[in-house]
Amino acid sequence: MHSDLTIRLRQNFGLLTAVVLFSVAYLLYHVAHPKGFSSAVLIQNANEVFTLAMVSMAQTVPVLMGGLDLSVGALMTMVDCFASYLLVGAAGGTPLAIDLFGLHIALGTMPGGPSGIMLGIVICLAIGTLGGLLNGIVVVYGRIQPIIATLATGAIYIGIALFLRPQPGGKIDEDLNWALTNALGDFASTVHIFDDGAAPWFAPFAGVPTAFVLLALIALVVWVPFRRSVAGRTIYAIGSAEGAAFMSGLAVDRAKIIAFTLGGFLAGCGGVFLAIQTASGNADIPQAGAYTLNSIASVVIGGTSLLGGTGGAIGSIFGTLILRVISFFFRVFDIAPLLQPLFEGMILLAAVSIGALRMLRVRNTLESFR
Amino acid sequence: MPGATEGEFLALSGISKRYGGVRALENVDFACGRGLIHAVLGENGAGKSTLIKVVAGVVPPDSGVIKLEGVAQRFSSPAAATAAGVVCVFQELSLIPDLSVADNISLSAPPKRFGLIDARAQRRRAEELLAEVGCEDVNPLLRVHDLPLSRRQMVEIAKAIGRRPKLLILDEATSALTSVDVEKVYALLARLKAANVAILYISHRMHEVEALADRASVFRNGRHIETFDKGARTTAEIVQLMIGRDISTQYPSKPERPRPAAALRTENLCWENRLQSISLDVGAGEIVGLGGLDGQGQKMLLLALFGVLRGVTGTTTVNGRAVRLASPRQAKSRDISVALIPEDRKTEGLMLPMSITDNLAIASLGNLLSGPFVDQGKERRAVDAGIARLSIRVGNKTDAVSTLSGGNQQKVVIAKWLMTQPRIILLNDPTRGIDVGTKQELYRLMRELADQGAAILFYSTDYDELIGCCDRVAIMYDGRIVRELAGVDLNETNIIASSLNIETASQAVTSPSGTAHA
Amino acid sequence: MIALPRALTLSRDDRPIVIAALFLVAILIAGTVYTWVRFGTAPLLSPTYLLLQLQIGAFLGIVAAGMMVVILISQIDLSTPWTLTAAAMMATAVGGPWAIPLSLAIGLAIGIVNGVGVAYLRVPSMIFTLGVNAVMRGLMVAHTGGYAPQTGATPLMRTLAAERSFGIPNALFVWLGVSLVIVLILQRTALGRYIYAIGNKEAAAYLAGVNTKFVTVVCFALCGLTAGIAGALLAGYSQKAYQGMGDAYLLPSIAAVVIGGTNILGGRGRYLGTLIGVILIVLLNSVLSIMDMPEAGRQVIYGSVIILMLLVYGRGERVTS
Repeated sequence: MHSDLTIRLRQNFGLLTAVVLFSVAYLLYHVAHPKGFSSAVLIQNANEVFTLAMVSMAQTVPVLMGGLDLSVGALMTMVDCFASYLLVGAAGGTPLAIDLFGLHIALGTMPGGPSGIMLGIVICLAIGTLGGLLNGIVVVYGRIQPIIATLATGAIYIGIALFLRPQPGGKIDEDLNWALTNALGDFASTVHIFDDGAAPWFAPFAGVPTAFVLLALIALVVWVPFRRSVAGRTIYAIGSAEGAAFMSGLAVDRAKIIAFTLGGFLAGCGGVFLAIQTASGNADIPQAGAYTLNSIASVVIGGTSLLGGTGGAIGSIFGTLILRVISFFFRVFDIAPLLQPLFEGMILLAAVSIGALRMLRVRNTLESFR
Repeated sequence: MPGATEGEFLALSGISKRYGGVRALENVDFACGRGLIHAVLGENGAGKSTLIKVVAGVVPPDSGVIKLEGVAQRFSSPAAATAAGVVCVFQELSLIPDLSVADNISLSAPPKRFGLIDARAQRRRAEELLAEVGCEDVNPLLRVHDLPLSRRQMVEIAKAIGRRPKLLILDEATSALTSVDVEKVYALLARLKAANVAILYISHRMHEVEALADRASVFRNGRHIETFDKGARTTAEIVQLMIGRDISTQYPSKPERPRPAAALRTENLCWENRLQSISLDVGAGEIVGLGGLDGQGQKMLLLALFGVLRGVTGTTTVNGRAVRLASPRQAKSRDISVALIPEDRKTEGLMLPMSITDNLAIASLGNLLSGPFVDQGKERRAVDAGIARLSIRVGNKTDAVSTLSGGNQQKVVIAKWLMTQPRIILLNDPTRGIDVGTKQELYRLMRELADQGAAILFYSTDYDELIGCCDRVAIMYDGRIVRELAGVDLNETNIIASSLNIETASQAVTSPSGTAHA
Repeated sequence: MIALPRALTLSRDDRPIVIAALFLVAILIAGTVYTWVRFGTAPLLSPTYLLLQLQIGAFLGIVAAGMMVVILISQIDLSTPWTLTAAAMMATAVGGPWAIPLSLAIGLAIGIVNGVGVAYLRVPSMIFTLGVNAVMRGLMVAHTGGYAPQTGATPLMRTLAAERSFGIPNALFVWLGVSLVIVLILQRTALGRYIYAIGNKEAAAYLAGVNTKFVTVVCFALCGLTAGIAGALLAGYSQKAYQGMGDAYLLPSIAAVVIGGTNILGGRGRYLGTLIGVILIVLLNSVLSIMDMPEAGRQVIYGSVIILMLLVYGRGERVTS
């Protein structure tokens, strides 16, 4: 019969295509770039990729269930705004207060220093997770379709973000910004480990972008175990045949809530990084919308089907990479900036249409209906 | 034995269940014991499926008690029933198509390591269970949707025995299996019986029941009629119990007529590798049957004749004119006038949430217009005529069609097509899951339509129906027509033999090619 | 024409409409109470005010009408923002008597492209229309150089969008006209039946001989056409076209359709519901601005209202088989 390897290759065909496509494109990019294959370019690329990659991973989970999360961009933005208050890192701490309906309510002081930063990050991630949990609760207990439930919760999150930052502002601890938006060597020297980054065995790793390491870490520590868990498999089962999943005794409701909560956590990761990268909090509604729509595109390009049941977050990461590489190309090949959106649009349209060409080979028309 | 509930593994007493106004189960007392294969017989609508659903925890009974080994049980879900040792293999598969065989077999309680699913242990478990059902050749990594239907059913069975059931329920589990796999299941059931597992077995295949069952229970109209041991009743008696009336009046008589000219003819019809060189003709006024085992291409042939398949080669002529059927819309058009009653009424024949009127009118709206708008008067008259013609029991025409019973739903599908006044009617197993009364009405209707000049091609999985209704039957095997039976040759022996592609003595003159002979 | 042709009991389709109407009245009452307490006046109940709101609502209403048709066949159109903007920009660029026909033609053409991609290439509509939206944005950015076009709206566009006839804003007449056409199609034509059939079960509609591909293209064409109409009107109202003018209409149009009782999965919904949904959203927005609610609060309330309404009637059934 078939060998294990051929089976695995065939099943992961979409992902492999995305990986190959990206690799070729990225290689070309470095070849054409005047400063190609340098640490500086890698760092810049990694920083531009991270947030969208996180949001795309967040989008992947509801899509695997056959649904959609229109609030990922808004949730990311909300956490971004929270981070601009909580990650200030000032030495004496940052006083927090709410101004609501003319009342000034003092909330205490956010501690400064490294422990304060850690606390701030944890709180921000918790907020993201809570947002995801709320999405899950509305979908499961409210019995509202995900697309419309998240449309509504997205409005709520963007509202909260606007409340936090009606104007862009805030501040992020400079060390934090430096450590996370550069290479591992800078990270080590800021955090004072590995001889401040000078240890000889560390040398080959010193140039690796921190954002890239973070991305790989989150993918390995969060996504891979989730996929191998019962909850993760239940998500795939729901996307493939929800009725059968229920009949087989799978905890469908619980898995849905876990799925959205995980999405919230990942969106929160993206929001924290964006705040750190831009060193401010910005409740930018069009940007939130763009992130949401781009996350959908990344998910599709990465090989996950909008109908659910197949694909994965690793694919979505590569989908993000491919999307970003396209904009990198514009810089390198000096495409007129006015033409860039057009190229982006046409490439996106072509990419998603190609995947559907498989449908043209269908010989029994009944099979093309869901 | 009937009604005895003491000391049995499973004992039901006083079980009743209603769905709206329909009494699915009425005060049922039933028992089955360990180490026995217990068949449950009855026409559709008799309550077999509901009985199974109640025992397997899918639906709760309205009243009555379920006892397992003397202890009363209340199953809140299928998972609860499985935990108590009751495992059911349903007709509609409970497998997840996009997951692997190994994942499916250990779907709800997989082996774990460090809190995560242990893929290697899971695979080993799958290999063991697949070997137990005799399917070692299935690679556990394959996704379920890549497997043919018969293999999927075997995976479903492997999954069920993996739960180590004390009571195994098989609901039409062999209907999708190839003959080779059926033998494996029989062997498995024998092993389970020896291991003291109680087995409940629902099947419509009488020869299977005769071969396997130690005991049988007959249900009719939601009531438990009788339970008897193997050999205590003849087939005729059993059928009598099932339908409650004499079987000889079931089929309308066939007129003696010379074979008419072909209204629909195919020559060397081929499609992918599923249809090979089909040459067939159906004349106006004839009912031609399609027979053979499941999955030999019968459904594909009907779809091809309705324009659903692409890449069909060969010639098709309708009333002498060659046509290239490209879509159902074209097949339905006035000069071709073909209708297809599809296989699954719930997903292919009806829009369940829409009203009865909308479902009836959908195929003939083009005839019900005045100007660009739908003429509501014309529509009402046509719908009323359709309902009357098929005697469809309807409460309110604006109700959703999902509120009708299975038999009435099927009538809606047929009435919908009769409203287009078709000259050629294709029927894909129309009586599957229909109660006896409606079946008889359908047989009469088919003969009536034929007498009025329609050409009818009728696929059925029921030999009796083929013999009783059809003027000629073409048996398909592996995408070809291997034999055509008519007159005295049209009997069960020949049908079965041809279905299995075995030559019988009376077949000595038939050539083994795909062409049909009179 | 909007009269119920069937039984008068509250069917599953009617319930959301009644509830939405009740919500609408509740918003009016809440707003009136607020203005009465705060200012001693009840501007929300004045005909002038209500007409103005309806005039603003006409743009959203026209977009929502097209969106409803697409949602009914279980699809979605995310290309509305830039279809609208492209129609507006090209109309103002061309000017003269061809302005409005051009905007309609652009809307129609984009709609047909969407329909072909979804029906014939079988790309999921969510992602195909997303791509088309991006392409249209690219084309417009390239065409206008990234700024708002300098050309202005034609006098006819201005008249239709901002002027009044017999004291009623012309935009309302346009909205009424679009509504009439949509309702006639959905309720009285075979096409309308096919739309609901496809939304319920495309396979069954196909096997009943419905040309599902053609109907899909028609639905997207209608949606594109309404986006084009809205674009021309909006340009007329603002005297010119500008970047991103369509972005604010996408999500609210989907929300209006869903609040009005149309099932997001397709197959079920009445146009009257969409009408009420649009008016509800516009009124909610205006009440909140009278209350001087900052954008933050508006978004939160907007999202909460949608969830609340859907909880009251939009609940799906648990999938058990």
